[in-house]
Amino acid sequence: MRTPDSSQASPLRKESESEGALSWSNTATARFGDERTPLIKRFQIFIHHHSTFVPFIILLASLLSFGMADGTTFLSLFNISLVVQQVTIIATVGIAQTLIILTAGIDLSVGTILVLSHILMARLAVQNGLPVEVALAAGVAVGTMCGLLNGCLVTLLRLPPFIATLGTWSIFGALNIWYSHGETVAAGQIASAAPLLQLLGKAMRFYGAAITYGFVMLVFVYSGMWYLLNKTALGRHIYATGDDNEAARLAGINTKRTLLAAYTIAGFICGIGAWILIGRVGAASPLAGGTLNLDSITAVVIGGTSLFGGRGSITGTLIGALIVGVFRNGLALSGADVVWQEFSVGVLILFAVAIDQWIRRVAK
Amino acid sequence: MMQVPVLQARNLVKRYGSVTALDHADFELLPGEILAVIGDNGAGKSTLIKALVGAIIPDQGEILLNGRVVHFRSPLEARKAGIETVFQNLALSPSLSIADNLFLGREKRSAGAWGRLFRALDERGMRAEARRALSGLGITTVQNINQTVETLSGGQRQCIAVARAAAFASRAIIMDEPTAALGVKESRRVLELILEIRSKGLPVVLISHNMPHVFEIADRIHIHRLGTRACVVRPTEYSMSDAVAIMTGATKAPC
Repeated sequence: MRTPDSSQASPLRKESESEGALSWSNTATARFGDERTPLIKRFQIFIHHHSTFVPFIILLASLLSFGMADGTTFLSLFNISLVVQQVTIIATVGIAQTLIILTAGIDLSVGTILVLSHILMARLAVQNGLPVEVALAAGVAVGTMCGLLNGCLVTLLRLPPFIATLGTWSIFGALNIWYSHGETVAAGQIASAAPLLQLLGKAMRFYGAAITYGFVMLVFVYSGMWYLLNKTALGRHIYATGDDNEAARLAGINTKRTLLAAYTIAGFICGIGAWILIGRVGAASPLAGGTLNLDSITAVVIGGTSLFGGRGSITGTLIGALIVGVFRNGLALSGADVVWQEFSVGVLILFAVAIDQWIRRVAK
Repeated sequence: MMQVPVLQARNLVKRYGSVTALDHADFELLPGEILAVIGDNGAGKSTLIKALVGAIIPDQGEILLNGRVVHFRSPLEARKAGIETVFQNLALSPSLSIADNLFLGREKRSAGAWGRLFRALDERGMRAEARRALSGLGITTVQNINQTVETLSGGQRQCIAVARAAAFASRAIIMDEPTAALGVKESRRVLELILEIRSKGLPVVLISHNMPHVFEIADRIHIHRLGTRACVVRPTEYSMSDAVAIMTGATKAPC
């Protein structure tokens, strides 16, 4: 059954004839970032690997331009620390949101979880007279449980994250109104019954700057999450799951457990954020934080994290939250109408997503 | 003279409703060989391989690893037993580095208290081992182990996926169409890599549609037809057209 063409079946294992040209073909391998790459392309590759670069430049530029337009007031330590105070909660929720968006999901309920937790803390301590530490722990625990519920809906019931959290957003919001009877727990009541709840609103003062304990808490949350994302296996798995879910699964990652962990940790961070919110506002109102859900997504997106998952960082989210804060504060100081604050945030979002789409094409 | 097969399947049957994907199929992978598995589309190659690595559970038949019956319920269990699979989609995460990808899903924790208490990763150790794994297979076109996988060419990615399998496999490596998406030169590189792995004593199962590649590097060729093993031939004794004839049923299987 042998054919005369023995070269293909030769025991000498010669290369196929069609590949004979290989021996004298160019053997140089692909090189990256070489001098022939156009500048714009090299820039594209650079920001592809440093997702916080563009947000960082925007933050610097906005600080400079508002500083030049407004001078001493805007760049005073007091005003800068005010901006930081204003964005502390958005940044905290933004970190939670980043965890979810890195897995290529989205969480529309984060802000509502935070509001529910803070109402629970305040009412348990003030109305029910529980020890304040217990009330605090219960609030954080309920936040964590809400995150776990989101995670279960996404992993066990396989609901798309957008729809799952749209549903829980309504549910948590309704529970929030039902439990609080739509009533605010006044700042004075909290101050007398449970002063610990307001601790994170207190500030340390240096040279006119006011650093709140809430900001210190944000630094803790940031450090913890930075460590989790960059130094532990779970962090790698979060990136890998968001990058390519199927590939991560085949590589042996338990992607469901990874997603469950991401949503649960996000809920926990919202529970911590609830404590910061009571500190910032003093009171606990079921109507607080109405825009937090979308604001957190804004901070993440402006911070250079890709909505398609797998690329970005919580450092970017901090910068993103600061950019929004600087724009709002700068425009307010320069006497512009409030509508232009919203307008500029909208432009920033579109700009950030357009940049993301552009640099995603590098990988293709 | 009888060698104990590293991986063996006897009489495997798998039915999906009225379709019989595996019809009393046998399979044998001998120590240190490259065994190619060829077959027409729908012949049941993938089902056979999936059954071998535990991705599906056969209705009948048994699978033996070094002569002992095993029951893999998931690819992870097969992996723990030392059988690594290089999937057609490679299962790499583009935004992570080469080193991270090599250890994806089995990261090493650092030995100190940080590793025990805070689950810190042993990044330096993993990088060193990744570098050793790549240079051990002669993969030198990749210089920077911290480079992200998305910056690599298709051939380089395939090499990383193969290197990962080689680094962790203790019994066998199964490769699903490793050269299907590659250019001529890159395919050549991957074939050399497969020979390199065999020279280290690890047997390789190569599923491929590329007849020249199969005939060039395989020691034996398992021809799958209609859900069962039609025949195993040696590339030195049969030509490509013989193999295709057996595969498609034009010639009756000689063995």
